[in-house]
Amino acid sequence: MARSVKKGPYIDPKLLKKIEAMNKSGDKRVIKTWSRACTISPEFVGHTLAVHNGNKFIPVYVSENMVGHKLGEFSPTRLFRGHSGKLVDKRGRI
Amino acid sequence: MARIAGVDLPRDKRIEVALTYIYGVGRSTAKAILAETAVSPDIRVNALSDEDVNKLRRVIENRYKVEGALRTETSMNVKRLMDIGCYRGLRHRRGLPVRGQRTHTNARTRKGPRRAVAGKKKAPRK
Repeated sequence: MARSVKKGPYIDPKLLKKIEAMNKSGDKRVIKTWSRACTISPEFVGHTLAVHNGNKFIPVYVSENMVGHKLGEFSPTRLFRGHSGKLVDKRGRI
Repeated sequence: MARIAGVDLPRDKRIEVALTYIYGVGRSTAKAILAETAVSPDIRVNALSDEDVNKLRRVIENRYKVEGALRTETSMNVKRLMDIGCYRGLRHRRGLPVRGQRTHTNARTRKGPRRAVAGKKKAPRK
């Protein structure tokens, strides 16, 4: 079910605070975050965020098109290397 | 011959159904269009007057996104997802279901016909 419009989008308050501080001072650092459920707001555009995928941090450069999506959408949690079988054995491990 | 939005409408069908041959017009849109132009939904296409056809054509071409324009919009939306590298875009790229459906079985609409897996033995029949 979609989130209630009344509440507005979920933006991690701590992350937003850090981004706004960076916007003010104008420096660009990579911020590590575990907040995959956080919606990307227009303030984030142009920053690089390291989004945790359960194993490591995936750097995500936020562009304008990404506004409205969640951070987790850009940091895949699963790694699919293909099925086993002759084909894979012949190619060797990828 | 009624030609609307670049599509020839089938001659012998009721106009309500015939309009759905246009990409982007289904039954409910067809009904709305007919209500707006005050054309009876029960007339067959070959019995339609030129005036009515023009009325329909005007409404469809000005108010609705159909055929090429609609197809372009949809493919642009998909392309946007693929370009930003989000999960839904990745699923589109691989031709797998996008909305979290299972892929262990089923999902044949997205995956296409079954491909034989090399080296897999058939289960012996008993």
